[in-house]
Amino acid sequence: MTATAVEAAATRTSGGVRGAIERFLAYGILLALAVWLVANFVKAPGQSSSALVEGINNGALYALIALGYTLVYGIIELINFAHGDLFMLGSVFSAFFLVNWLGFNEPGTEAVLALVLTLVSAMIFCSAINVAAERVAYRRLRRAPKLASLITAVGLSFVFQWVGLQWNGSTPRQWPSVVRGGFKIGSVTIEYTAILVIAVTVPLLLLLTYIVQRTRQGKAMRATAQDQDAARLMGINVDRTIAFTFALGGAMAGAAGTLYVQSIGTTRFDSGFQLGLIAFTAAVMGGIGKLNGAVLGGLLIGIIQGLNDGAPYGLTQRWSQTVVFTILILILVFKPEGILGRPTTEKV
Amino acid sequence: MATASALERGGPGPWDGPPRSSNVKWATGFICVAIAVFVFYQYIYPDMDGEAKTFFREWLPITAVNEALIFVIMALGLNIVVGYAGLLDLGYVAFWAIGGYTAGWLMSSFIQQVRFHAGGSSPPTADGVHITFWAVLLIGGLFTAFWGIIIGGPTLRLKSDYLAIVTLGFGEIIPQVFYNGDNVFGHNATNGPQGILPVDNIGTGPLQALPQVNESLGPFDAPFRFLIFCALAAVCVFVSLRLRTGRLGRAWLAIREDELAASMMGVPLARTKLSAYAVGAFFGGVGGVAFATHINGVLADRFNFSISVIVLAMVVLGGMGNVWGVMLGALALAWINSTGMKQVGETFNSSFGTNVDFPSKTYLLFGVILVLMMLFRREGLVPEARTRQVLREPERGELGAEGAETDGEDQVTSAKPRRPWRRS
Repeated sequence: MTATAVEAAATRTSGGVRGAIERFLAYGILLALAVWLVANFVKAPGQSSSALVEGINNGALYALIALGYTLVYGIIELINFAHGDLFMLGSVFSAFFLVNWLGFNEPGTEAVLALVLTLVSAMIFCSAINVAAERVAYRRLRRAPKLASLITAVGLSFVFQWVGLQWNGSTPRQWPSVVRGGFKIGSVTIEYTAILVIAVTVPLLLLLTYIVQRTRQGKAMRATAQDQDAARLMGINVDRTIAFTFALGGAMAGAAGTLYVQSIGTTRFDSGFQLGLIAFTAAVMGGIGKLNGAVLGGLLIGIIQGLNDGAPYGLTQRWSQTVVFTILILILVFKPEGILGRPTTEKV
Repeated sequence: MATASALERGGPGPWDGPPRSSNVKWATGFICVAIAVFVFYQYIYPDMDGEAKTFFREWLPITAVNEALIFVIMALGLNIVVGYAGLLDLGYVAFWAIGGYTAGWLMSSFIQQVRFHAGGSSPPTADGVHITFWAVLLIGGLFTAFWGIIIGGPTLRLKSDYLAIVTLGFGEIIPQVFYNGDNVFGHNATNGPQGILPVDNIGTGPLQALPQVNESLGPFDAPFRFLIFCALAAVCVFVSLRLRTGRLGRAWLAIREDELAASMMGVPLARTKLSAYAVGAFFGGVGGVAFATHINGVLADRFNFSISVIVLAMVVLGGMGNVWGVMLGALALAWINSTGMKQVGETFNSSFGTNVDFPSKTYLLFGVILVLMMLFRREGLVPEARTRQVLREPERGELGAEGAETDGEDQVTSAKPRRPWRRS
């Protein structure tokens, strides 16, 4: 995957001494990353592999959240700051729904069915909130300055956090998972929840790709993303298309929330802020506005974070956030268009 | 003090801003209000009795006023970045933290290895670096401005929304570095979650000759500290106003309204944006040093994202770009944050017999303020004429520019090319 980044960086033409220095630095960083990866796996293959599995598990969750950012950004060029907090609401909802309302806290066949029901409900719940936010706030600001909608998103994120604070309480809550246990491959333990996360994420991603690439509604979305006015002239209901995009993004956040509760087992009112930022980093890393980019970025960030937390040469968990944000800043400095994105020139 | 120099310069001169008298006017008003508040808290308030005293102690304690003044300094700094230059900075708390830790390092016994005294108010036998408050203000401001340039540097080439994210990232990283900094390769750089306590008092130096002024201003000399914070806020107001009309300020406004046109007119984009960051960061650093002396310490967990949002809400509520609006917004929201919400809640609960937890609703309040202001009154409560025009102007898409009607309400007739404040 790093090879893709190298190729893409090489194709970018930026002349002059500054460009050369930048390329040199970018290669240096990638090289250091590669050396670090190899060193970790040579030193302690078992430990690093466990960290890798953990990282892929988290990365799949990041990918789901990142899709919400990337879908909305792709269509109306808005960074939906409130998306992380929407995910938090989804996680709190799914935990309460499954454990308190349906009353399942032990593994079993019925519990798995209940989990499916929870997943669907959480997806619907988050979609509804996201569509409502779009209807109440963002739609009115679609023609307003960018600063206005960004500040609105920050405000909404605070409102969501407050809802989470009231609902979940100010301290983290522990929840029992209905999927427990795991199996071993060599010295590496793979939890069943990791399997669950992958088993839910992959079909969702395929479904999303199908919707965007193959259906009529997806075609309308792509048209609206290209040119709203032209799309309107072609008879596309732009308002409804944008609302549909928000609904899709919300559904992904709801699914991520459900899976997060099953695999991590805690809900916090402020988890959305951190995870939202990580997911945004993932979206930017892959190239914001690109669906496959969000998935790639999510997995990469998850793996880097997992290795940082668990591998022998990592900086351990307390620097985890700092590492992710440093990656974000490095990407924005060296390759703002992301791994899969193409450099765009500003139209005048 | 800058206000005094504003008063002295009254004569006519080459026009380089609004008439000088406007500075005289606000400075007079500012000094009058400051002196009135000071006299009240220093002389009248201690002699008050019974209910009136309780009222002021509960509703408007001098510490809350001081804290609000520090927020004014920070909001004015953010106003330069967001209001003047139009660059959304969501990590302003980083500057506050850097300023605070500068004060922690240079005004306490934290760095035990050395014993360095430069006019500090602590006894000369104390370990650590003890530099006088006034010098630390300057050092903290300059150090923070330096970091402002470092943070601003990589963001220069980015579009406005990416910029918000990068600043947000820095706003998360820097407090985390301070929080985890108690073990940097075996060295304790920041004392981690415990923070640095205590920070020195403000030394008064030659002013001790005045009656009632102590050698140093400790926690119980709040009215005198009020005067100092007032003076700092006044300097910030003055600098904001003067910069606004000066060459640099006009360049900021030009960039805010149309980056492309500004660069065509010869405004050096990178340098102008960086200077906005530097000046905004300087104010933030000064606010950080002042806050460290206000609470006599630096605590790592005080520097979180909600502070950035609260300061942003102050700027937005008051009116982006308008110094007076921002000042009012900062005073109002800082008061609500520290005492208002609690007191209103207690009054409400006792008079209606309810049990509503008001302080827990501050998050909701700040969020709702941001959303409602953006939906209904983007220019703020005390708008600046120029900002209002820009923010109210509806977007004209590519079709709109050629004359086709887009669905905005009050259209301003002059169609202009795309702007960073507008959706591009």
